[in-house]
Amino acid sequence: MSTQTLTRDIFDVKDLNLWYGEHHALKGINFPIQKKEVTAMIGPSGCGKSTFLKTLNLMNKMIPNVRITGEVNFDGENILNPKTDLVELRKHVGMVFQKGNPFPQSIYDNVAYGPRIHGIKKRTHLDEIVTKALIDVALWDEVKDRLHAPALGLSGGQQQRLCIARALATKPDVLLMDEPTSALDPISTLKIEELILELKEKYTIVIVTHNMQQAARVSDKTAFFLMGELIEVDLTPNIFSMPKDSRTEDYITGRFG
Amino acid sequence: MNSKAADRIATGVFVAIAITIVTILAGLFFYIFVNGFKHISLEFLTSPSSNVRAGGGIRDQLFNSFYILFITMLITVPIGIGGGVYMAEYAKPGKVTDLIRTCIEVLSSLPSIVIGMFGLLIFVNTTGWGYTILGGALALTIFNLPTMVRTTEDAIRAVPRDLKEASLALGVTHWHTIKTIILPAAFPSVLTGAILAAGRVFGEAAALLFTAGLSTPRLDYTNWNPFSEQSPLNIFRPAETLAVHIWSVNTQGLIPDVNEVASGSSAVLVLSVLIFNLLARWIGSLIHKRATATK
Repeated sequence: MSTQTLTRDIFDVKDLNLWYGEHHALKGINFPIQKKEVTAMIGPSGCGKSTFLKTLNLMNKMIPNVRITGEVNFDGENILNPKTDLVELRKHVGMVFQKGNPFPQSIYDNVAYGPRIHGIKKRTHLDEIVTKALIDVALWDEVKDRLHAPALGLSGGQQQRLCIARALATKPDVLLMDEPTSALDPISTLKIEELILELKEKYTIVIVTHNMQQAARVSDKTAFFLMGELIEVDLTPNIFSMPKDSRTEDYITGRFG
Repeated sequence: MNSKAADRIATGVFVAIAITIVTILAGLFFYIFVNGFKHISLEFLTSPSSNVRAGGGIRDQLFNSFYILFITMLITVPIGIGGGVYMAEYAKPGKVTDLIRTCIEVLSSLPSIVIGMFGLLIFVNTTGWGYTILGGALALTIFNLPTMVRTTEDAIRAVPRDLKEASLALGVTHWHTIKTIILPAAFPSVLTGAILAAGRVFGEAAALLFTAGLSTPRLDYTNWNPFSEQSPLNIFRPAETLAVHIWSVNTQGLIPDVNEVASGSSAVLVLSVLIFNLLARWIGSLIHKRATATK
C-alpha cells in the first residue's frame, strides 16, 4: 500500500464496506488517492471498481438498500457522515459516465447547466466558462460555430468530450470517470486519453477502465480490484511489470477476467 | 400448414383489422360531417339556442365547452403532473405506493355517470353552489386526474436514467433535476396525455348533467367581470356544454329542428376536438423544439 504523506491525499478511504442488500460488494477497502494524479482502477466485471468510484461522490445513495460503513475522507471530512451536503460534494467531485449522456439541449446550455444552477447568471461570465471548458476538452474548434445546435447531433466522441466539459464547468477538484471510452471508436478514445493527460495538471482524476493498455497509458497509479477487495495499488509501471500479488499478475497477463 | 402460409394469413388478418378500423372511423366522420356541415353557418355559431322555436344556435354551448375545458385543465394539469412526479420520483416502492396506484386505477375506471352523481352530492348539494361551471370542472377533474397522473408517471419513467444521473452528479438538487431535465424530457408524452384528457372533457356529457346543469343564463359577452351573473366568465353559473346540448335536444328538445341542431352541433364538436388537438400538438412541438434546440 501507498505510504505517501497524508497532506497530498485528497481522498482517504478507510475500511470501507458496502452492501447492496445482502451482497457484500466492497470489502474493507483502504485506499488513499492523491491530488493531481491519475489513478486507474482495473479488475474483472463485478469486482467493485465502479461501485467504489460511485462511492467517492455518493452516487451510490441513489440505489435502494445500499449500506455503507467505514470512512471516506474528502479533504479531511468524512463524507459518509449523514450531514454531508451531497450538492456541495458533487460540485467538488465531478463525474463522467460510460456513455456520453448530454442533455437534450444545445451544446452551450449543456456546459452552462451546472454553473447556471449554482448561481451564475451573467451572460458574459457564462460565455467565459463555456468557452474555457470547451477549449479544455479540445472541442472548441469543432463546435464554436454551432454552440446553439443540439448536443445530441454531435458524434459519440464529441458527446463524451462535451460531458467532460460539462463536468469541468462546475470547477471540480476531482473528476471521476467510469469507463469513459468503452463506447467510443479508437480515434475518439485516443483523444480522450490525451485529454486525461492534460487535465491531470489541474485535476485529480480517478478512472475505471476495462482496458489495461489504457490504464498503462494514462495513469500514475493503478489499483487492482477483485471480488470486492482492493488487491493492490501501486505506481502503474510497477503494477504492470512487477506486481506483488500473484492474482494481479494472473489478471494482467490475461489468465482470467 | 407450413409457416409461410401461416405468415401470409397473419398478415392478411392484421391488414383486414386495420382496414376495418379505418373504415369505421372514416364512415363515422363522413356521416357526421355530411349530416352536420350543411347546418353550420356563422349564424348557427353566433346565436343563442332556443327552447321552443326553430333556428336556434349554439353560441353559449360552444363557449361553455371551451370554458369548462379551460377551467378543468387549469386544475387537472398541475395536480396531475404533481401526482405523476410524486409517483415516479418520490414514492418509495412498497405497500403504500401500491395502494395509491390501485386507487388511481380504480378511479380511472369509474363510469362517468357515477362521477356525475358524486359531483351532484359534493359540488352541487354539499357546497350549496347549485349547478356551476366550477362544479362541472371539479367533477371532470376527478374523471381525468388518474389518466393525467398515469401518463405523467409513465412519461417520467421513460426518461433515460443517464440524464438524471448526469444532472445529480453535477451537484444539482433532485427538484432542480426534475424541473430542468426530467420534466422537459417528458414533456411530449405529458402533452399527449393532456390532449387526450382534454378530448375526454370536451366530449363528456354524463358527468356534467348533474354538475354544470342543462341550462345557461342569458349571457352578455361584453361583460367581463367574472363575478357578475351575466358574465360568461362567471364560474358560479350553470353552463350547458355542447355535448350535453346534443344529448338534451335529442332527448327532451321541444324545438322543431332537433335533427338539424343535433347534427350541426355534433359536427362542430368533432371539428373543435380536431382543431384543438392539432393546435395543442403544434404549440407543444414549438415549445419542445425551443427547449431542445432542435430545428
